[in-house]
Amino acid sequence: MLKRNHRIKNILHLTVLLVLAVLFMFPLAVTVTNSFMSEQEIADNYDPVTDKNLSSYNGDTANHFARFQLIPEVVVLKQYYNVLIKKTQFLFMFWNSVLITFPIVIGQTIVATLAAYAFAKLKFRGRNFLFFLYILVMLMPFQVTLVPNYLMAGQLGLLNSHWSIIFPGIFSTFGVFLLKQYMEQIPDSYIEAARVDGANQLQIFLKIIVPMSRAGIAAMAILVFIDNWNMVEQPLIFLQDAAKQPLSLYLSRIIDGEKGLAFAASTLYMMPALLNFLYAEKYLLEGIRLSGIKG
Amino acid sequence: MRTGKLKTNNGCLAWLFLGPSLLGFSLFYLLPFATGFYYSLVDSPINGTFVGLHNYGALLKNPSFLSALANTAKFTLICVPLNMILSLGVALLLNQKLPGRNLFRTIMVTPLVVPVASIVLVWQAFFDLNGVLNFLIQALGYPSVDWMKTSWSRMVVLVIYLWKNIGYSVILFLAGLQNIPAEYYEAARIDGASRRQEFFRITLIYLTPTTFFVFVISMINSFKVFREAYLISGEYPHNSIYMLQHYMNNMFMALDYQKLTSAAFIMAAFIVAIVLLLFIVERKITNMIN
Repeated sequence: MLKRNHRIKNILHLTVLLVLAVLFMFPLAVTVTNSFMSEQEIADNYDPVTDKNLSSYNGDTANHFARFQLIPEVVVLKQYYNVLIKKTQFLFMFWNSVLITFPIVIGQTIVATLAAYAFAKLKFRGRNFLFFLYILVMLMPFQVTLVPNYLMAGQLGLLNSHWSIIFPGIFSTFGVFLLKQYMEQIPDSYIEAARVDGANQLQIFLKIIVPMSRAGIAAMAILVFIDNWNMVEQPLIFLQDAAKQPLSLYLSRIIDGEKGLAFAASTLYMMPALLNFLYAEKYLLEGIRLSGIKG
Repeated sequence: MRTGKLKTNNGCLAWLFLGPSLLGFSLFYLLPFATGFYYSLVDSPINGTFVGLHNYGALLKNPSFLSALANTAKFTLICVPLNMILSLGVALLLNQKLPGRNLFRTIMVTPLVVPVASIVLVWQAFFDLNGVLNFLIQALGYPSVDWMKTSWSRMVVLVIYLWKNIGYSVILFLAGLQNIPAEYYEAARIDGASRRQEFFRITLIYLTPTTFFVFVISMINSFKVFREAYLISGEYPHNSIYMLQHYMNNMFMALDYQKLTSAAFIMAAFIVAIVLLLFIVERKITNMIN
């Protein structure tokens, strides 16, 4: 009797999870599968929400609604051909995203690893207060430092250049916070032993701390990559020149005109983040867990 | 004598390691923050005269600021508890020995890594007046709702927020659940505790530190939902989802730096107050447990 109850409960729980899983994956599935549809099929499915004349028509017949169709009638690669070969704009924007995101990830990894070591393992005056400031800044929405940041970028002559986004990105305090949490778990005895063996601080850092923090560093790099690949607010303010904007911003603009194209572009755009995640899920989960450990 | 020397060395070295980060932090965050505060106290960014709290006073009488503030507060008050309850529920489900639970976990986290802009298309087609949701609703015999152009838009943003953020909290809760020693449950079972008692007297209590952290993260992420709101409905969305960030962005475009910086500091003050309050409450509860 108990066993049967248990089984019914398990099935119930699995059903709930299954429904949630379908709901969670649905938007992704639509985007990916619709990128293989022809322009005509996309138009058939989405005209009710794109065609302005039709939108104003307040009809109640089913034909006037958009449809989500998961399986294309005919699989075509036309949209990908358009995105990748015919319209060079997409590749430019994609390249902008790379040009902004990679320096931030590399820069923040280096700067944050160094600083996290100081916060986690070295004693200095004002350490706790400074770390508290780092956390406070981490919690602020982008808009809070918007004007000062803008004026600072103007002073440094960085406006309308990718550097106006890259610099604040590199020095974002998130990486320091995450890696400090990780490095605090490294036992002091390792450091002591190395010191006894005559290693200097730089050697300790490079030969003990960095290798032992590899998982933490990977976790941080992935989270930073995802966050910046996704940026919207910064380029909106700092990059007036549309030719310099990343794809994340551009995508929202092509949606109205060419939906089919937008699906293919969206699919291509989410691939780096998605593949990264699938390849290094372990590290991403570790990173999230780390962010929850008490400092 | 020797230890003293070591310590001072340690201090100098620490500043060397910290140097690059601190320099950038000061230049791109601390200094801007301080100048921002200065702008909020003067009447013009160039050659301004000191006006004290005048900008703040004016802002607190500004109807569009007040409605943006109220909307942000309302949204946060709804979405944070909902996110916490739902993600705790999912975490409890995933904490059991169920087939495929790792796959489910992966699926829950996936929205986190998907760029917002990639999915905006789908949300638009779903919530449009002629969208898929209304098709379903009419099929059930109810009248259409203009989701994005009525106060329902708050719910639209809420759905998108939950879709995006539940995974993060689920992972945190799962880690918290796995940290509760199994002996506690065994002991409770020997004492004849019911499932329900176990949940309220062990699980919830020992999850307290995790819960607080999830609260902070959910709140921070609730401010980030501006991205979605902006991409879906632009600079001037329906009134009910006109958030503080919309207001600040628009003040920026209007070059009204005084209003913007004052609004920014009011928002910052709220965040700091909430986080400090949480921190104190959490300390108290943790002390009580021990």
